[in-house]
Amino acid sequence: MTVIEKSSLIGRRIAKLDAPEKASGQTRYVHDLDLPGQLHGSILRSARVHARIRRIDVSKARALPGVHAVLTAADVPYQRPLGVGKDQLPLKGDKVRSRRDEVAAVAAETVEIAEAALALIEVEYEDLPVLTDPSKALEPGAPVIHGENLAPPSPHDSLKPGEPGDAEAHRHNVAMTFDYAQGDVAAGEAESDVVVDDWFRLHYVTHCCMGVSGVIAEFDRSGNLTLHSNTQVPFLHKREFAEILGMDPGRIRIIQPPIGGGFGSKLDIYPFEPIAVFLAKATGRPVKLVFSREEEFVASPTRQPVLLRLRSGAKRDGTLTFRVCETLHDNGAYTSWGATTPFVMMQTISSLYRVPHCSYHTTAVYTNNPYAGSFRGYGNLQATFAVEQQMDELAEKLGIDPLEMRLRNAQEPGEVTPQGMHFRTCGLRQCLTTAAEASGYREKHRAALAAQKAPGHRKRGVGMASMLHVGGGAKIYPSDGCGTILKIDDFAHVTLMTGASEIGQGSETVLAQLVCEELGIPLDAVTVVNNDTDITPWDVGVHASRTTFIGGNSAIGAARKAKAKILAAAAKVAGVAEAELELRAGHIVRAASGEALMSLAKLLRSLHFSDKAELVMTTHYYEPPSRHQDKAFKGDVSAAYAWATQVVEVEVDTDTGVVRLVKVTGAHDVGRVLNRLGIEGQIEGGIVMGQGYAVTEDLIVEDGVVRNPGFRDYKLVTAPEIPEMDIHFIETMDGEGPQGAKGVGEAPAICMAAATANAICNATGVRIRDLPFTPEKVYRALHAAAAPAKAP
Amino acid sequence: MSHMREIEFELNGVRTRATVRLDMSALAMLRDVMGLTGTKYACGEGECGACTIIVDGVSVCSCLMFAVDCEDRTLTTIEGVGREPLGARLERAFVDCGAVQCGFCTPGVVMQAKHWLEAHPNPTRDEIKRGIEGNLCRCTGYVKIVDAIEAASRAEG
Repeated sequence: MTVIEKSSLIGRRIAKLDAPEKASGQTRYVHDLDLPGQLHGSILRSARVHARIRRIDVSKARALPGVHAVLTAADVPYQRPLGVGKDQLPLKGDKVRSRRDEVAAVAAETVEIAEAALALIEVEYEDLPVLTDPSKALEPGAPVIHGENLAPPSPHDSLKPGEPGDAEAHRHNVAMTFDYAQGDVAAGEAESDVVVDDWFRLHYVTHCCMGVSGVIAEFDRSGNLTLHSNTQVPFLHKREFAEILGMDPGRIRIIQPPIGGGFGSKLDIYPFEPIAVFLAKATGRPVKLVFSREEEFVASPTRQPVLLRLRSGAKRDGTLTFRVCETLHDNGAYTSWGATTPFVMMQTISSLYRVPHCSYHTTAVYTNNPYAGSFRGYGNLQATFAVEQQMDELAEKLGIDPLEMRLRNAQEPGEVTPQGMHFRTCGLRQCLTTAAEASGYREKHRAALAAQKAPGHRKRGVGMASMLHVGGGAKIYPSDGCGTILKIDDFAHVTLMTGASEIGQGSETVLAQLVCEELGIPLDAVTVVNNDTDITPWDVGVHASRTTFIGGNSAIGAARKAKAKILAAAAKVAGVAEAELELRAGHIVRAASGEALMSLAKLLRSLHFSDKAELVMTTHYYEPPSRHQDKAFKGDVSAAYAWATQVVEVEVDTDTGVVRLVKVTGAHDVGRVLNRLGIEGQIEGGIVMGQGYAVTEDLIVEDGVVRNPGFRDYKLVTAPEIPEMDIHFIETMDGEGPQGAKGVGEAPAICMAAATANAICNATGVRIRDLPFTPEKVYRALHAAAAPAKAP
Repeated sequence: MSHMREIEFELNGVRTRATVRLDMSALAMLRDVMGLTGTKYACGEGECGACTIIVDGVSVCSCLMFAVDCEDRTLTTIEGVGREPLGARLERAFVDCGAVQCGFCTPGVVMQAKHWLEAHPNPTRDEIKRGIEGNLCRCTGYVKIVDAIEAASRAEG
């Protein structure tokens, strides 16, 4: 008798399935693909920040040998507005509103010819008054960025919170507004013993995906369009491309080659994508359009810059009483996802800690600056930066230990917040205590306070910050679901067709693991197909830390259906009750003894080649039990919520202003660890991305122009600069999560800037509310603080 | 055409002849002329290391080298490095240690690590970090890349 013991892949260190190809250079990204007959597309961008286009002359460009098409807005009268706000056309015809604006495009036989053709295009501009300071956008007489209504006739006759503004709002430079309220903030303030009130300034950073943006568009003879695209939301884009191009969505196929980094940057459609389609249509040839790195810096989205005022109060015992948050979002010239970051920001303001009274307001204003998209954390880095600094400020004013202050206000499992979020599992308390104990937070905090005035220019300090983020999807679209098709062949090899996209985060591997867990097969018996809208079932996209949770539950659902079918057939063959059977290591076994009864492959063949000839193929669509927010932004938008606390230890050189991150101790409520190697990688990468946001990265935009469009001057963190990391996983075993897991892709980046700010303050006594903490800024802050106060 | 030139060099162990433009980078030659797309473009100015190859035993950003300067030299790219024991160990270690996420920087880091480990056979973790400080990675936070290089340095060939 062969006995097969029970085994599990959950929680183990599983190498990514796509890693061998990637480590040996065999993976073909969009940049590496060339189709027969392919032309190269290139875009002429605006030379002005804000101007009317008086004249465009493309005759010299068209005459250049090797040029197949030169297009301006006049050549594509059928183009329609695109993006979240539907407030821009792919090719701009009458007016440019930012330096990234697309004025003309060329398709040529080589990249070099395309570039040479761009240089031959003559554009005559008439400059308009420029608006680059968002705080001046609402002033009477400010230059108007969108005077005309580009959008199709809208049923909205007034501005609705959380929806793009209409033409009237645009004439006042208002792109979007958000308002949220709970309780009575005046009553909250009246019962406060202390109140803090500060302005915070959050800067521009950008994704810096190592693989630059690119797309290949091709039409077949029947008019079907295939896009080889880096999108993170293939099914939403299929529909949106159809709208922009006036096509039947059924004739659009999106294939996603492996993606060289996403981080939220590929959630919206950007003009270059329909422009590549226009060029393909005009030439009848496949057109490949790939950015240079400089273009990537100038013409891809940024993280949302925010000017934020926060006012918070607490009672003497540390209990929070109220919060009032107002933000001014610099929308840039057009509306993409950056404008909608308040959806996430208000959750942190209202519900990271228990606050009875709260109000939140955002105005997103148009300027001639670059426009912001979604970026890992989606507004939460900005909100957490303010909230967690004020937690320290309140604690200091009250003479309470900052950890104690947080524990006193921490959310608990079972809580339903005034905003409607239901925390079925909540590890915040364990995150706080674990991170504090593992880092020696209390002792180090006290020691640093005592040493602030001691001699020496190298000051150590610790700071902590916690975060709340969706961990079970986010129901912002009509559906937040994911579909799976699963088939098992005659040799017990599974093909898992999933709507969930892989962007390097490792979803493909986790989904395969979850299927193996159900079907008792080895990891190499699973092939994941996840990149072709003609094959894979619908999914809303890879965003909001949702893929492991939603795609995972969908894959488990399909696998369980297959398992039920297999066990029912096996029970008949073996003459054993279904409930007494299990699948292990590619065999049907007796659950109690582990006795192997038959191989899975043999059973499948006997099903297939029988009188009732049958294949094992299943489908499953998982829709999380979350709800849409109502018009007041209340609702349980996620099926689970992720929590974390990070403690950052810094060394500040007070002579130079250099801030060095020494150590990060993180405690993350991840529900359950599925792939330890993968989740560690997500946390470590997120910590360093958060470090960059806090300390080194700064996209300098002056008068609407990006001044540092390259890695020489835009400083990403390099290997020698990373802190020591000590990461702890809090496993709260979420009841809805796949095997208990929650989504955590965005979480690790969120706390870093806030915790670093608190650590700098602990080390030096100086609080800086303006990111990033570059040497110059820190030096000026330290030395201004040290100077005697000026007479009024 | 006068601005083209024919050059000869050794590429991944094979004597190779290529016709290249005078203004072409070694990176463009590898990708567009030789069809070897494992070497990546990510910045074009020697700042990110994604295009790292080994030329006569030295790691080079191929975007900063003219193709014509490859004449009579010995080039190793990611497509060839796995045939050498250290290269194969590195590729395996990058997989096993979780050093690969989106993977776009990975070929360049493997090439740099190969060159650097040959000169520093028993490195500390801090030394490894300095050895790859010219390679940018946006996904991993470098920890697992250092793990992989450390593991490859210890494993027997």
